[in-house]
Amino acid sequence: MFLGAAIIVFREVLEAALVVGIVMAGSKGVAGRGLWIGGGIGAGVLGAALVAVFAGSIAAAAAGMGQELFNAAILFAAVGMLGWHCIWMGRHGRDIARHVSEVSNAVAAGSRPLYALGVVVGLAVGREGSEVVLFLYGIAAGSDAGALSVLVGGIVGLVAGAALGAILYLGLLRIPTRYLFAVTTWMIVLLAAGMASQGARFLVQADILPALGRNIWNSSGVLSESSIPGRILHTLIGYDSNPSGIQLLFYAATLAIIGCLTYMYGRQSSPAASAARAA
Amino acid sequence: MEIRWVSRIAVAVAIGLGLAAALAQPGGADDGNVAVTIKDHKFDPEMIEIPSGAQVKLLVTNADETPEEFESQALGIEKVIPGGQKAEIKIGPLSAGTYEFVGEFHEDSAKGKIVAK
Repeated sequence: MFLGAAIIVFREVLEAALVVGIVMAGSKGVAGRGLWIGGGIGAGVLGAALVAVFAGSIAAAAAGMGQELFNAAILFAAVGMLGWHCIWMGRHGRDIARHVSEVSNAVAAGSRPLYALGVVVGLAVGREGSEVVLFLYGIAAGSDAGALSVLVGGIVGLVAGAALGAILYLGLLRIPTRYLFAVTTWMIVLLAAGMASQGARFLVQADILPALGRNIWNSSGVLSESSIPGRILHTLIGYDSNPSGIQLLFYAATLAIIGCLTYMYGRQSSPAASAARAA
Repeated sequence: MEIRWVSRIAVAVAIGLGLAAALAQPGGADDGNVAVTIKDHKFDPEMIEIPSGAQVKLLVTNADETPEEFESQALGIEKVIPGGQKAEIKIGPLSAGTYEFVGEFHEDSAKGKIVAK
């Protein structure tokens, strides 16, 4: 039981922790980010508990498809926020990287849509966290022996998941500032594409979208999604061992839309850069 | 300026989703229901045979007091079923083959598979 609990909690925490790690690295040096990200984590934990408490009502809503719609809505909201942040970074990121120590940068950085990242963190923590809460609640409510070992296992899983997120964050910080934001922006684009693909899967499950072909490929023998590397890739780039056609479509469309807009804005000179040149 | 772009993207995405929904084929023929019970963190039955190409509905009853998550990567399904509740899960149409599923919260004991023939 100890190991089982540790693994389940680790898996769920890992996904949220990787998202937080990328977001933290992507907002390095921005004033007020701690508040937004910390607030996002706090709201996410609270949200996780609420979702778990109302799991029954959510599942019963929308003719039994409430859970699917709820998950899809959360995922697409996160995709929207991540996309918005990328496009903003495409416009201003270059200036931030160029004048990272200048006062003028603080102004540009201050207007950055940190709320978007805070919301993403909250959604990620809330979605993954609700499963942890349900699982632990089940153990606590059940008459299974060894509740203590499960609790300890859960804590070990939590710490291990958070540690991997921290490793990713510290690893990203070793990238020179000049390139850091370009790297994190593209990582965020991939994160968004993966979430869009997952959201599409929930809509197929709810019978709202057509699958457009199930199991386009099956790579579960090579890299299972329940393995740790599979799980990490699932979060970071949206790896799916058995994707349906519509998932690939959503993945590609998200990459294309956010990627194109970010690139287009990146080519334009932002007002901050023009002002800096004029001064 | 940026807000305009965001709204444009939102509109584009909405149009895309609308198109996809319009292209969606109505659910197809329902080829029957299969009742599955979760009891003592085990599925009953543990093996479900369905004809390939058929679309069936799993009527899953969680007879345990604790929540369980019906999960199958092969089927692309992830659904939490609170203790004492029922859930409907649409499966298929599947090509011939074996599709495993688990109860994620008790993966050691809650294992099953769907065999499409």
